[in-house]
Amino acid sequence: MSPYPFHYHRAHTLAEAVTLLAQLGGEGQLLAGGQSLIPLMKLRLARPGALVDLNFVPGLSAIDEHSGEIRMGAMVRHAELEDSELVARVPILHDCAAGIADSQVRNMGTIGGSVAEADPSGDWVAVLLTLGARVRCTGPQGERVLAVSDFVTDAYTTMLGPAEIVREIMVQLPPAKSGGAFIAFKRCASVYASASAAVQLTLGDGDICGDIHIALGCVGLTAVVPIAAQDALRGKSVTAKSIENAADAAMAAAEPQSDMRGSADYKRVLVRAVVKRAIDIAARRARGERVEAGHEYVARV
Amino acid sequence: MSLAFDKIPLQLTVNGKPCAVEVEPRTLLVELIREQLNLTGTHVGCDTTYCGACTVLLNGRNVKSCTVLAVQADGSDVRTVEGLATEGKLHPVQEAYAANHGLQCGFCTPGLLMSTVRLLEKHPKPTDQQIRKAIAGNTCRCTGYQNILKAIRAAAAAGK
Repeated sequence: MSPYPFHYHRAHTLAEAVTLLAQLGGEGQLLAGGQSLIPLMKLRLARPGALVDLNFVPGLSAIDEHSGEIRMGAMVRHAELEDSELVARVPILHDCAAGIADSQVRNMGTIGGSVAEADPSGDWVAVLLTLGARVRCTGPQGERVLAVSDFVTDAYTTMLGPAEIVREIMVQLPPAKSGGAFIAFKRCASVYASASAAVQLTLGDGDICGDIHIALGCVGLTAVVPIAAQDALRGKSVTAKSIENAADAAMAAAEPQSDMRGSADYKRVLVRAVVKRAIDIAARRARGERVEAGHEYVARV
Repeated sequence: MSLAFDKIPLQLTVNGKPCAVEVEPRTLLVELIREQLNLTGTHVGCDTTYCGACTVLLNGRNVKSCTVLAVQADGSDVRTVEGLATEGKLHPVQEAYAANHGLQCGFCTPGLLMSTVRLLEKHPKPTDQQIRKAIAGNTCRCTGYQNILKAIRAAAAAGK
């Protein structure tokens, strides 16, 4: 299968990419890793008149620590995040990076591309929401920084202007006694998850849950923040009972659709299961335990 | 500023040899490899980023060449299954697949070999979990995978 013919423009700087997008008007689309865009173009579901290639723009692939935050360049590949010791300091980020699709896709796909695409089934947005991540964008009017919660407005829809580009993603390093976990359930490695849960919480004295952020992936037009589930745990001790209450509340907040990944009812039950496990692991990690988490599928042992 | 049907000049290294080609912007890396360079060992299975039959190494990392544009690989080092054997002698990973019945029809094998080579370059002594994770993006419809796991363990034990 071949995409429709298109014009190819290779940007060498971010400013050049912005200029090219502005000149091309609606015709131009950015090419990052291409792991979503190229399949869509091959199926002719996407038919951009021109691609502006970001793969040759230097300076977009760094993972750095600056004044208590991790900054991830838009073109950092998932596999680079998976292998990063800095990223491993925020286990929920590693959970996500290490399990997206398969090793081949992780070697090409980028965090910036994933966030900018805002696919409701994508993994990154739910995880980044629980960390209060921010997105630095560059456009014809200069730079601006948006919270991920403001950045994604709807399915496949963001605040990005027509000639605006995601430059980097910024995540504050969580405080001590904070733990997080991302659990995504999928049918096999290479596919999108059927449902996922991201949880980041902080424990106080006596195992009382302080700050808590939960986000659900794949069960709404954007990642769903189940407010009642967060309320069910905040200020309470983390016990089997309080986890159960939060998971039930999360299940009620999910708005899944029936599709080839399962019926809506099945996905609601799945939400309850992944939320329970994610809270449990997040709490254990907050207590200093080392626990594995991430994407689950049948063949993963 | 290139027209749709204009040719884009690329310089790559393919299996250790420098290579100058011209491609249409929409040319996929696997099309360049199979149809212009005549390296037909790399297979197209699903053509939808699922099966991994088209896996090659791009700057040492395994990628699905049906889901990479040739223009993205400009300036890169590409390694295909044809680059594994040296001087008529199979690569140790190929030897291990043959000795352990890690293939039946062989269609998926070029891709699995490339993912295995990448795995063993990254983790010379992989755990079973690392092996399973490394080949999770390669589908085999014949073997049931058990002999592939055996082959990879044997290749690792033999020091690649």
